[in-house]
Amino acid sequence: MRPSSEAELAEAVAGAAGPLLVRGGGTRTLGHAVGEVLETAGISGVELYEPGALTLVVRAGTALAEVEHVLAGERQRLAFEPPDLRAILGREGVSTIGGVVAANGSGPRRVQAGAARDACLGVRFVDGTGTVVRNGGRVMKNVTGYDLVKLMAGSRGVLGVLTEVSLKVQAIPEAEATLVVEGLDDAAGLACLRTALGSPFDVSGAARHSGQSLIRVEGMAGSVAYRIGRLKALVGGEATVVEGEESAALWRRVRDVVPLQGKAGEIWRIVTLPTAAAGIVAAVGGTALWDWGGGLIWLLSEPGRGAEVAAAVAGKGHATLVRGQGGPVFPPEAPEVAALVAGLKARFDPRGILNRGMMG
Amino acid sequence: MQMPEPDRGVLERRAAILARLRAVLPADGLIDAPEELRVYECDALTAYRCPPLAAVLPRTTEEVAAVLRVCWEEGVPVVPRGSGTSLAGGAMPTADSVILGVARMNAVLETDYENRFIRVQSGRTNLSVTGAVEADGFFYAPDPSSQLACAIAGNIAMNSGGAHCLKYGVTTNNLLGVTLVRMDGTVVTLGGPWGEPAGLDLLGVVCGSEGQLGVVTEAWLRILPKPEGARPVLVGFNSNEVAGACVSDIIKAGILPVAIEFMDRPCIRATEAFAKAGYPDCEALLIIEVEGSEAEISEQLARIRQIALAHDPVEFREAEDEDQAKRIWLGRKSAFGAMGQINDYMCLDGTIPVSSLPHVLKRIGEMSREFGLDVGNVFHAGDGNMHPLILFDANKPGDLEKCEAFGAEILKLCVEVGGCLTGEHGVGIEKRDLMAVQFSAADMEAQMRIKDVFDPKWLLNPAKVFPLETSAGRRAV
Repeated sequence: MRPSSEAELAEAVAGAAGPLLVRGGGTRTLGHAVGEVLETAGISGVELYEPGALTLVVRAGTALAEVEHVLAGERQRLAFEPPDLRAILGREGVSTIGGVVAANGSGPRRVQAGAARDACLGVRFVDGTGTVVRNGGRVMKNVTGYDLVKLMAGSRGVLGVLTEVSLKVQAIPEAEATLVVEGLDDAAGLACLRTALGSPFDVSGAARHSGQSLIRVEGMAGSVAYRIGRLKALVGGEATVVEGEESAALWRRVRDVVPLQGKAGEIWRIVTLPTAAAGIVAAVGGTALWDWGGGLIWLLSEPGRGAEVAAAVAGKGHATLVRGQGGPVFPPEAPEVAALVAGLKARFDPRGILNRGMMG
Repeated sequence: MQMPEPDRGVLERRAAILARLRAVLPADGLIDAPEELRVYECDALTAYRCPPLAAVLPRTTEEVAAVLRVCWEEGVPVVPRGSGTSLAGGAMPTADSVILGVARMNAVLETDYENRFIRVQSGRTNLSVTGAVEADGFFYAPDPSSQLACAIAGNIAMNSGGAHCLKYGVTTNNLLGVTLVRMDGTVVTLGGPWGEPAGLDLLGVVCGSEGQLGVVTEAWLRILPKPEGARPVLVGFNSNEVAGACVSDIIKAGILPVAIEFMDRPCIRATEAFAKAGYPDCEALLIIEVEGSEAEISEQLARIRQIALAHDPVEFREAEDEDQAKRIWLGRKSAFGAMGQINDYMCLDGTIPVSSLPHVLKRIGEMSREFGLDVGNVFHAGDGNMHPLILFDANKPGDLEKCEAFGAEILKLCVEVGGCLTGEHGVGIEKRDLMAVQFSAADMEAQMRIKDVFDPKWLLNPAKVFPLETSAGRRAV
């Protein structure tokens, strides 16, 4: 099914005879959900864009590329740098903004500017009964009623199908530069990322892969030059500065996990404490790309390492199997949390038809 | 303000209920003497008062769980309370309710600079969170005006903001995880120091739920390295429209000041008379603060000056030193006090799209004449969070009601132009009956479902947020 309006989508959900597999572009879907495909890409277009208020209201099926194109026309962008995971997940298709929000897809700048959920100001969605619900709005500060916006961001369609999102956007800064630090082992290379993030120099990216630690700053030209200089002195070692488009290219590689593309094995996405990042990779083995100062690990491992990953991560974060065979994709929740999740699903989707079996 | 009739059964069983509470608390943990309960009969919305059945002051998560378990079994409503600074009546009790105050739970449990978080008990005050880490060069970003007194528990309940959230976001953007006790005494951990949940973002919906989903006893908060320095400028304009256009141009230019504050003429005059900060006598005034090293501050201010001068300001004043910086902030920080010198006031906090600023200010001026009550506007312009201060005389019969009617009209206007009823204070009882202006029945139903899951008996802070007739069927269960 491919409805072309929110009303049509609501009708489709209300009248559904069986489970529905909700899909934006299908570029970042995870898990084993089954059902008739319900595409949102027919519900697209910009509702409202106010560059002077940094707000964009857009229908959920709008292509991410279209959103980025519209923003670039006013020298603005999505602050949370949504990743393109098609290559590592082996997907094709056109990523939609609704899919990005439903997956809370956030890239390197999360350490400074927050995740997709932090940029979401409002949502409209159709719940499992076919009822249209609106929450939040288009203003930066809004505490009127419960915040279902954050709940819907990252909920992967299990509570409702997004039809519209309002986003806080960001001006593209005039300059960026990246400090590339080499010659350090992983433990020392990750420690230097933590040092940078603990400095007052407003780091907007801190990642490591292929033996290099990368530290990014953005802003006005003079400020970027000043901060990158101070950071270079602070972290020491063998460091070079890369600027402009060359710097941007480095961060697209981190964002889209390019270093792990085209390689066989399972891929884990691990969210953890930066200080635990080196130890987890050492314990499991494999090839890692660290982002968020070590707080995010993309780990390419041999198949069947689930038990080792779970043991290494226990009490220090959580791991999702984004590419691999068998086993649960999402980690199990603690029983008292699982009870709340089950209660919410039962109320928002009483027939259990939305992305059944996807999350827990 | 209408509140539900107290549960007679609970009032009649008061002695037995208090005996059960006493049994699960240390000797000084239960307050039941009428004179001591007066402290808890209202919060910062002082127009409405009601003494509670009792107040409890636990020291641990276990004590909170034990208290809630007793109240759940006895069917007693519980009103959680941080420091009682809510301007919306979020901590106002009913006669049949127990106030659960977290004020004694104020310890720092863990500080971790490498992973940039602090874990605190929720009764700790906002400013003392920064106090615990500032010697090491860190701070906690959300800074509500009441930060000296307000508790993290209340900040989480209301998703509090502050003057600096233009750059750093509000509480929900700086909250990593919580320990939450549900009404039946179940202890739940949501989120954690790593910040991103594996499954549904339940933490995101707990933040801002006004104490209706559970009692937060501990929280992991993000801490940030302190910037090297900060400096404000003051810009005066001859019209609100031009000041609003200047704000928009600054934001569009990609400059991200930490704060852009706006004051209109009535407010400027009142503050000048009170604080003598040396503000120009003009129609509208902006205070813009930027952060960074000396060179970075100069670079940003040069850009702001260039933008502001294109709008023909009547004044552009840069702080040359610490003393001048203080004077620029002096008037803004005295604004509420200055208005209070003139009369009683009611402070609203609707948010509007920045582009609607001139229109909304003009309409407020017209309504001020219609209602015959003066109003001054001082607010966070960068994010459209208004704070109209309506002056009235509490001793004059009918004035409070007139003021409330005026306030309701302003909030309806905020919603009409695409904004919302409350940007940072919360709904509480104050804006409860206006919820239908912003939300449809289905929108409110979706929100109430969340409470059904977390608190099926609707015992936690039950008569708040949703209009009484909307929640009636659920509260009766």
